[in-house]
This record gives sequence, structure tokens and C-alpha cells, in this order.
Amino acid sequence: MSIALRLTELTKTFEVGKRLIGPPKGRVRAVQPVTLDVTEGETLGIVGESGCGKSTLARMLVGLLPPSSGTIEIDGAPLDNADPAIFGRKIQYVFQDTISSLNPRKTIRQIMEAPLRHLHKMDAAARKARISEIFEAVNLREEFLDRYPHEFSGGQAQRIGIARALAADARILVLDEPVSALDVSIQAQVLNLLARLKAEFGLTYLFISHDLAVVEAVSDRVAVLYFGAVVEVGPADRVFSAPRHPYTKLLADSAPVVGRALAAPEGRETELPDPMNPPEGCAFRARCPNATAVCATAAPPLERQSDGVQVACYNPL
Amino acid sequence: MRAFFALLARNRLALVGLIVMGCVMILALITPILPLADPDVTDTSQRFQRPFTEGALLGTDHLGRDLLSRLLWGTRLSLAVGIAAAVIAATLGAAIGIVAGFYGGRTDNVIMRGVDMLMAFPYILLALAIVAALGPGLMNALIAVAAVNIPFFARNIRGVTVGIANKEFVDAARLSGMGDLRIILTEILPNVIPVIVIAMSTTVGWMILETAGLSFLGLGSQPPKADLGSMLGEARSALITNPHTSVVPGVMILIIVMAVNLLGDGVREALDPRLRSGALTRPMAATLVRRKGPVPEASDDALLALRGLETQFHVKSRIYRAVGGVDLQVRPGECLGLIGESGSGKSVTALSIMGLVASPPGVITGGAVHYKGRDLIGARYEDLRRLRGNEIAYIFQDPLATLHPLYSVGDQLAEAITCHHNVSKAEARARAVNLLKSVRIPNAEDRANSYPHELSGGMRQRVGIAMALANDPEVIIADEPTTALDVTVQAQILSLLDDLRRERGLAIVFITHDFGVVAQLCDRVAVMYAGRIVEEGPTDAILNAPAHPYAARLMACVPELGEGRRELAAIPGLPPAVNDLPDGCAFAPRCDKAQPACRTGEIALARSSDVRRVRCIDPEPIPEEAAG
Repeated sequence: MSIALRLTELTKTFEVGKRLIGPPKGRVRAVQPVTLDVTEGETLGIVGESGCGKSTLARMLVGLLPPSSGTIEIDGAPLDNADPAIFGRKIQYVFQDTISSLNPRKTIRQIMEAPLRHLHKMDAAARKARISEIFEAVNLREEFLDRYPHEFSGGQAQRIGIARALAADARILVLDEPVSALDVSIQAQVLNLLARLKAEFGLTYLFISHDLAVVEAVSDRVAVLYFGAVVEVGPADRVFSAPRHPYTKLLADSAPVVGRALAAPEGRETELPDPMNPPEGCAFRARCPNATAVCATAAPPLERQSDGVQVACYNPL
Repeated sequence: MRAFFALLARNRLALVGLIVMGCVMILALITPILPLADPDVTDTSQRFQRPFTEGALLGTDHLGRDLLSRLLWGTRLSLAVGIAAAVIAATLGAAIGIVAGFYGGRTDNVIMRGVDMLMAFPYILLALAIVAALGPGLMNALIAVAAVNIPFFARNIRGVTVGIANKEFVDAARLSGMGDLRIILTEILPNVIPVIVIAMSTTVGWMILETAGLSFLGLGSQPPKADLGSMLGEARSALITNPHTSVVPGVMILIIVMAVNLLGDGVREALDPRLRSGALTRPMAATLVRRKGPVPEASDDALLALRGLETQFHVKSRIYRAVGGVDLQVRPGECLGLIGESGSGKSVTALSIMGLVASPPGVITGGAVHYKGRDLIGARYEDLRRLRGNEIAYIFQDPLATLHPLYSVGDQLAEAITCHHNVSKAEARARAVNLLKSVRIPNAEDRANSYPHELSGGMRQRVGIAMALANDPEVIIADEPTTALDVTVQAQILSLLDDLRRERGLAIVFITHDFGVVAQLCDRVAVMYAGRIVEEGPTDAILNAPAHPYAARLMACVPELGEGRRELAAIPGLPPAVNDLPDGCAFAPRCDKAQPACRTGEIALARSSDVRRVRCIDPEPIPEEAAG
């Protein structure tokens, strides 16, 4: 298995309170150095809570945001400049808010044709054939092509979003919360469609979600993000059942599960650290039941354990 | 386009404006072919002829020139200059605004500060300065008027563009390989054009006036060429002796500007989506009640009991049956889960209880809501208001939207208390702080002074819960209170609600779409589909062995933590639209057990065991231990 996507020390820092002249008022580290490999054909789940940097990471991966430092390699070739037109042929993005990702004043055909025309310079006949092929694959009727986005339900709009990503003929799809805006019965339809497309076209997925159960159901491996940093990477079937990082354990214990008694897994007063004022050492320290003096010294590195799971913790479980 | 004209025509005044403006435009266009006297030929022997004299319908001016001819030629010129100025200002202003809004950052900053500087000058001074620099003449007046109006367009369009440039479809266009110029032209511009048209329609009248003003001062059209402003200027000296020379162009300016402005208002109304949807009509204080048929009696000892509740939305000729006969009850200290997908009517059911469904378009058309034996539907507004927040309180999904952004949370809590209790300000404040403590907000005294935006999502929802608890209610209706929260915060909020219910004996109606949440918090659960309850009973029994095919299949759709990677069982198709419900069972079209009998007649919510009810003629078998 070859590496489809490799991130090396990728970071993103936002400047807050920019002024016309002079330095900005502050800097927020949205993504701490992230190093990750994604194997061809796998689904890597990325979970984390709001503000953990998962969307920033995703936008960097597809070239919508230039990284502050670090490199992105696709199929061994580095992509240095954040140009979505170059990224677009190799890696595509499926948006969470399906309706707002479709221009309300364009027909579905115009939306579908854009990647074919601009990324692949196809002529009209080739575009028509390709669109039919993709619409067939995502179970959409071709009569939809001449309608406008507001005429579709959430599930249909998400299929159109997936169809557009497929049209670019990229091998890697970044799925940013692709089902969280959908009802559960529709969610299952879309997840199953994604699984089928993956097998059919040999795709690699980065599946970003806050829903642990969904991530577990679709992923081969899962990376857990906290405060902009990867804290644990491991096989999907054991990350939540046998978490090594205390934060992963907290997440797994917090998820409502049928048949488990209700209990607040941590004190009720805890809040996330302030990104303008990041804590020294491990960002999870203040919430961690196992924190020791060493946790305050420096952020723990992501290290491979004997069982192959990578954990960024001085005292893994 | 046809819809646009239909909307425009609905506004009578705009229609009048359109017709008047149309006539003026046509007159201006056909002026060269009309049999008119030459407007520039002077004949001093015929000066100051009154209107309606032979050979001069509107009379003549101080040089004996035919006023009708000068008026039409002048109108033609004034309109052309005014519209040209509007188009130039709109084009340049929109271009500047789009560039500033699209690129943002430093580009935006530099451009907009420049525009601000231009706006800091009084416009007439600026126009005068431009004409003074370029010299008098109609063309220069046009340039001056256009330049003066560019900042207005630039600011307007920039604001709209910023909103659009951050939309995800722009990112999607980038990923489709489009360059900046193409994105501006094909993605941004089509969404900005309505705003440009609106801005133009409201300013073109103003620009005609400004051009006339410059001509009046002698800086615009030069003699002998007539435009409306220069005609007024020339007539000024004869204002007292021969008023008709000023009245004629003056009336024309009045007509044009009035018509343009009326039309502009109509265009804005027809194009503005907020005005179009009628959202500006204020809802009534309580939902409209129009019950047909008998009102059900209070039957049992439940604290809150819904009997056959029906709520509809009447939009034009369509009727949406959002809630189609719902029966529910909740006892003190009990938590009832109401579960369903979006559009199933669970929120409308909850809002109907206190008459909080917006009317129009909401109408309660049947059933009753008994609270302590009294029917709340159709109760007097004063009685409802006394109960709202006092005995029956709500917690909503998004506390950022339900808390007032300009008041501190402590003040808002205190207000909720003084609404229902006659207590002093200091006492209310002390109680507010205690409430914040009871929902376990750290440093409650300090946090009471915080504004909603200063709190995290979890803290805000605690304030929402504190607000609901402010008057020691008997019933709390929580509408997806944890859906917007992260899982770790959700767990905290759920356990807080659970404790409060046990400590205070609260009855909770908990609306959600998450089976895990229901399982952990609720004693009983009701499953809704297409506005009706399809299954109801004890939570454990239903989650272990759902009897209704919809409930069973919905649960199978939901991935559960700990089950590993798997294929999910999806339900084919979509829920039915509630304005077009099928006969019989609403789930039949998606159900693999459907039989002909499912598609006809009314299917009752029947008892399937002592404590369970199901609305299905062929329910899944219930094993002995799951009968409740």
C-alpha cells in the first residue's frame, strides 16, 4: 500500500485583530504541527470537538488555505503553493452545508460542468457523457440537471455535492461532516453511497466528523484532534473501545449510548483552553485526571506505542 | 422575470410609477420625430407667451422659444444624463465594492478608506470642485454626478460581496479550478446584481435631481441647449412675472423623480427576499385557534396531557398538517422523550402547547392541551402569559439566538423573575446568581455580568436552563437542547437536567433525534413521523424491541458506538411532505411490510401491551420481556 497523502509538520496560525499598519494584536495557533500519513484506499476518520482545528486542517488539505508551515504531499509529490486548481485534480472536498455549497443562481448542470471544464478542459460531448456516468453512480436522475439547488432536499443536495467532487476525478476526498446536517435515515443512505463509491472508484477518504459512532462505522483508522493537535491515531475498532489518550477516553465516555447509564464523565465546570492564551505543556492537562508535573513542561509528542497506536501523552492509559 | 413583474404589479403605487415613467421615457424617445418647433430658435417678439396660446401649447420663454419643445428635448437630455450617471456610478462602484469585498484584508482596507474620504466631503461641494476643475459642460456635470455617487454603490456592494465571498459555493468554485476573475464574474456577480438593481432604482431619481441642480447653477448644459435644470435656471429671473416658465420644467422634474422613486421602492420590495417572504409581518402573541369539532375532555391525572392536538400551517392555498392529532401525557418527575426526524412535527407539537407557533401561518385546528385539568388551547392570552415561563418553561436549541445580545445574562434572568414575581431588583439579582449556581456555572457572581457572546456554547445553554428554571416551573419543554453542543458538553448538560428533574420533581418533555440521548435520560419515549405519533411506551422496551416498522428501521439506521465498521441499514425514499400526506399510513410508501390495507383509511394508535401503543396494522412482534 502506498501513501496517498502525507502531512509533515503542518501548521496554521491565524492573525487576530489585523491592522492597516503594524503587527496584528494576537496570533491563534489553529493547527499545531500535524504529521499524518494516509494510505491509499483507506478511510481515515478525524474526530474532535468544535474549535479543535479539524475544518482548518481540511481546508489546508484541499488548498483553500495556505499552511503557515509544513508540507503536503500527494502520491509522493509535494504541493507547495495553495492553488485549489492544482489540488483540485488530486484531492476534493465535500462540504457540510450542502445547500450553501451550491450557487443558488446556477443550475445543477452548470455546477457539475465547472470542474470538467476548468480542471480537465473537456469538450461539451465529453462533459455530457461524464456527468451521466457520475449521476448514475450517485443515484441521481439526469432530469435534476436543469433544476436549481433550492429545489432539492438535504440528502439530494449532498449527493450533488459528492457528484461534483467525483467529477474532478480526484483520488482523495476530504469529507467535512458530510452527514451531520442530514436526518438519520438519510444519513445512512449517504454513508452507504460513500462506501460503495469508494470501492467502485478506489478512493481514499478523510472523513471528518464530531459524531464518534459515525466515524467508527466508516473508518479504517481514526485520528483524534484536541486543540489543534493530533492526540491519538489508531485503528477504528479500538480507538474508542480501548482509548490510550485520556481525551479519547473522555470523548468515548461522553457519547450517549443506548444501554449506558447517564453520568457526566468529568467535572461539570471544565471549559476548553483559550486559544489566544494557550496553556504551557499539554493542552488537555487542566481536564486530565492523570496529569502529573511533567505534563506542564512541554506538549507531549505523538509517539508510536508497542501496539501500533500513536498517542501524544506522557501517561497513556 | 414574470414573477418579478407580478410582485411589482401588486404594489399599486409602484405600478403607477412604472406607467408614468414609461410614458415619460416614450415621450423622450420619440421627441425627434414629433412635429415640434425648433427648441433653440429665438423669437423675442413672441417672448413670454402664456400657455395654451396659438402655436405654443405651453407658452414661450424669455427668448420666445417654444416651451413644449424645450421641455421634451430637455427631459430627453436630463434623463439620458441622469441614467448614464447612474449606470456609470453603479458599474464603477460595484466593481470597486466587489474587488474590496472579494479580496478582503489589506486591499479592502485601502480601498474602503479611500471611499470613506470621498464620502467625507459634502457631495455638492465635491461635484462643484470636479466641475470647477474640468470646466462647465454637460459631460463634466455627468462625470461629477457619477463620481459623487460611486462611494454609495461601493459601500453597499462591498457589504453584500463580503457575505457571498465567504459562502461555501465560492470555495467549491475554487476547487473546480476557477480563477478569481471567473469566480467574480460567474459566482459573485449573479448574486450581487439584484442588490445593484435595487441600489440603482433608488438613486437614479436622485441623480437626475443632482444633474438638474448643476445645470441650474450654470455648470451643466450650456445655452442654448436645454435640459430641465438649465430651463429652471433661465426662468429664475422671471419667476414672479411669468411663473409658467419655471412651473413647466419644475412639474416635469417632480413627475420624473416621484415616478422613479415609487418604481424604485416597488423594485426593492419585489427583489428583496426578506420582504418577499412576508417575514416582516409580526406574529400574533398567541397561536390562532380555530377548532372544529368537539374539544376533548381532560381524562386522567397527568400533569400535562395533549389530546388529539392538530396544528396546521396555512400558506396561501396550501395546508401543511404539521401536527395531525397527537396524544401525549407527562406526570410530575417524569421525562418523556419525543423523537423524530426533521419535519416530523415534534417542535411544532412542543410550541403548540403554550401557543407559541407563529400565527400567521400557524393555526391550531383541533384537540386540547390540559395542564392540571385546564385546557390551554383557546385560553385567554393573559392566562397563557401567566403560565409561560412560570409553570411551563422552554429550553431551545440555540441559546445564542434566544438570549438577548445586548443585556447581561444576569439582567435577563432577573427580568424573567420580575416578570412573574413582585420582588425587588436586588432580590431578583440575588436569585439570578443562585440560579446560575444551581446550573453549576463557575464564578456565578462574575458570570452574571457577562454578555451571551462572552460565554461558551455549553455555558450559554446552562444559562438557557437557568432561565427555564427561574420561576420554578412544573414542566420544562426542551427542544433539542444539546444538539448544537459537543459530546463532552452534552454529557454535562444531560446529567445536569437529570439531576434537576430528580431534585425538583420536574416533568420534562425532551425533544431530540438522538436515540442515545433518549435512552439515557427519558422514562418514556414517543416516536413521531409525518405529524403523528407512531409508537409510544417505556424507553427500554421500545429501544430493545420497537414494534412500529418505522421506529425499528430508524434505529437500525443509527450507527452506535462500539459496533465497529459496518454497512448501515438505510430507509429508502424521503418522508412525505405534510401538505400532501398519503391516505392511510404515512410510512407505507417506504415500508417493506406495506400491504393494501395500509394505504386506506385511518390507522389508530392501538395498545400493544399495558403500557405500549403502536400505530400499525402489522407491528413487529414484541417479545414477552419488552412488553413493558
